[in-house]
Amino acid sequence: MSELQKRQIQLEVLRYNPETDTAPRYQTYSVPCLEEWVVLDALNYIKDHLDPTLSYRWSCHMAVCGSCGMMVNGEPKLACKAFIHEYKEGQIKVEPIANFPIERDLVTSVEDFITKLASVKPYLIPKEDKPVSAGEFKQTPAELKKFKQYTLCINCMLCYAACPQYALVPEFLGPAAISMAHRYNQDSRDGGRDQRQEVIASDEGVWECSFVGACSEVCPKHVDPAGALQQVKVASTIDWYKEHLMPWMKK
Amino acid sequence: MEIIKTDVAIIGAGGAGLRAAIALAEADPKLRIALISKVYPMRSHTCAAEGGAAGVIKSDDSLDLHFNDTVGGGDWLSDQDAVEYFINEAPKELTQLEHWGCPWSREPDGSVAVRPFGGMKIKRTWFAADKSGFHILHTLFQTSLKYPSIQRFDEYYATDLLVDDGRCQGLTALEIRSGEMKQFQAGAVIIAAGGGGKMFPFTTNGNIKTGDGMALAYRAGTPLKDMEFVQYHPTGLPNNGILLTEGCRGEGGILLNKDGRRYLQDYGMGPETPVGQPVLKTMELGPRDRLSQAFWGEQQKGNTVKTPWGDCVLLDMRHLGEKKIDERLPLVRDLCISYLGKDPVKEPIPIRPVVHYMMGGIHTDIQAATRLPGLFAAGECACVSINGANRLGSNSLTELLVFGRRAALSAIAHLQSHQVPSSDAALAAKAKASQNRIQALFDKSNGTESIAGLRQEMMDTMEANVGIYRTGEGLAAACEKIAELRQRYANIALTDKTHVYNTDLMQALELGSMLDCAEAVTVGARDRKESRGAHQRLDFTARDDENLLKHSLAHYHPTEPPRIEYLDVVITKSKPGVRDYSGAKK
Repeated sequence: MSELQKRQIQLEVLRYNPETDTAPRYQTYSVPCLEEWVVLDALNYIKDHLDPTLSYRWSCHMAVCGSCGMMVNGEPKLACKAFIHEYKEGQIKVEPIANFPIERDLVTSVEDFITKLASVKPYLIPKEDKPVSAGEFKQTPAELKKFKQYTLCINCMLCYAACPQYALVPEFLGPAAISMAHRYNQDSRDGGRDQRQEVIASDEGVWECSFVGACSEVCPKHVDPAGALQQVKVASTIDWYKEHLMPWMKK
Repeated sequence: MEIIKTDVAIIGAGGAGLRAAIALAEADPKLRIALISKVYPMRSHTCAAEGGAAGVIKSDDSLDLHFNDTVGGGDWLSDQDAVEYFINEAPKELTQLEHWGCPWSREPDGSVAVRPFGGMKIKRTWFAADKSGFHILHTLFQTSLKYPSIQRFDEYYATDLLVDDGRCQGLTALEIRSGEMKQFQAGAVIIAAGGGGKMFPFTTNGNIKTGDGMALAYRAGTPLKDMEFVQYHPTGLPNNGILLTEGCRGEGGILLNKDGRRYLQDYGMGPETPVGQPVLKTMELGPRDRLSQAFWGEQQKGNTVKTPWGDCVLLDMRHLGEKKIDERLPLVRDLCISYLGKDPVKEPIPIRPVVHYMMGGIHTDIQAATRLPGLFAAGECACVSINGANRLGSNSLTELLVFGRRAALSAIAHLQSHQVPSSDAALAAKAKASQNRIQALFDKSNGTESIAGLRQEMMDTMEANVGIYRTGEGLAAACEKIAELRQRYANIALTDKTHVYNTDLMQALELGSMLDCAEAVTVGARDRKESRGAHQRLDFTARDDENLLKHSLAHYHPTEPPRIEYLDVVITKSKPGVRDYSGAKK
């Protein structure tokens, strides 16, 4: 096994402290990075050895808690999964995740996303009432597979940072929230689609999506929100036809 | 200072905190619930649990078997009345999660699937591929959104409990985004703030796991129990400690030394079982303490593989095949490829034991109540104890649910007689004192100690002296060093003296929590002169049931080391016996 390689990397980090800065600025740090490091390791090096005033969120360091979404050289990335060895040129620009207001340095306000997620009723609305004592709902592996992919969203919001529509129309529910609604709609145990549809099929819902597909490209968990949105659009269109052209057909 | 009035304040919004919040909201929609966490709920470290949650559901299983596995796995330090309550509630809680939409993996007939896990005699671990904790956390978080009475205070850091008239009546917390201190006035408080594995340098624990909840209770005068028992998970990635679930071995992965030998057979866990056909409760499905100790043995013998990240053994999963790995262990494959550049489908993965879980925590009884009236605790920060000296994998996710709910019910019972605050003025004065303590950090201009520097010294001390095997000498040195660090902590300097998202301040407070907890660990370990479960002494190699079939309770002192008290273990039906993980008789 080879020895660990080290390389000096210039990290250009966006800094902004509302108490002391009138506008965001950039600060460059020279960090001795191991090639196997991720950008988060480099930020931690800065925090511990160069500048304790740098603020950013992180926790799990294994791409599951969703805390450390940032722009790395302009691309939405998890800092814990942006590998130093992929940045050959030795210069890395780190900025807060796009399309969310900056609170300080690399920390943004995520309230808009949380509100939107809550608005789609992202919980099981059971098709039938069944007490816990009656045991589990049966669900075959095939039924599970229909929605499993959409359960993998870690709420990192990279898809919102990549979404051109969310950048233009902040009211847009956005990829992760709509995917989560779709996840429950597709669950064989769920009967809540009509309740969610009011929000999903509204003007701020799925119709805002222009199907660029950037959300799926940046998703670190391969949730494919774009695919979910497309399916929701098709289903919502069918709803519309049923309602307006074939009113005798009940949903 | 703003005062937020609530009925129950919950500190921590991971699995246990969310479960408690939902239980409160369901019991009485009129209850005001404040769910306070230093991170957004879905960032909580429950999300990183992989393997699954244990609960008896299949016809070949029984509550007695789960009881025996848990008590034996804990080396008889578990309270058996608590274990009995736990295993009884476990299936209900896991089914409840299923009803809330948790995407458990399934059998072809649509029933919930179970997988084998270490130290368990029967397959009883419910799993959602290898992202079980993640799915449990998100299911709970999303379900909690149904209840308007759950008011969340995301990114609030709890600084002190408010105790007056002999009972806990709230807390102070910093709103991280503004730096403002708030007083929460509550009829009852539940701590569900996780463990403190970050006091060690090599850990599966996330950055947030700094023992804050344990330290809060400890400083408020309620003891920490069995803190010396720290679990090493046998299979972590060697470069950054990322967890590879026990499910890897449950599905049939094997452990090899540098000569390709399945060395566990040399540590009382043999004979060798057929590759790819794991046998329960032996070889690779032995308990975590034994497996981590076997690694240490191989290291002593020079049988480990040398890697740039130190000594390793190999976890070989190649014989499982790509299809099974992708279906059952997709995250593990992704983690190995991403962070180590090795594909478990194609090559064995170098691994080494890594600090994973604290069996110890805030001393609670079977009702999740602490010794401080009005204060309850659940999850890793608490110690009931069901886990004893060594937790079995997949019992902790279930524990979050069972005791999260239990804490909520106990808090409701407490409210019946303690609705009214003892004295608004006294509580406000205590809140002010807490605020002054933080303010003093800002005002101090002559601090000389660096936060990162002290933290590093603490981690080095723990790693060197409080690992898988311990000695009296090493532990004495560790006690001395941690005591010294606690003294020096009084002299830390904040570099950042602004208020918005001051993570320099957060790290200072977290370091304080870790040092307090680390001292409870080291003193408890030094004074426990026996070997039991995860606490192994090279100078006291045997278990001593005559003198030490007891829980340790560490009592806080602001400037001195803790005073240790001992408490009898509750034994109901299982007398201490031999932990036999050999496969010979099976």
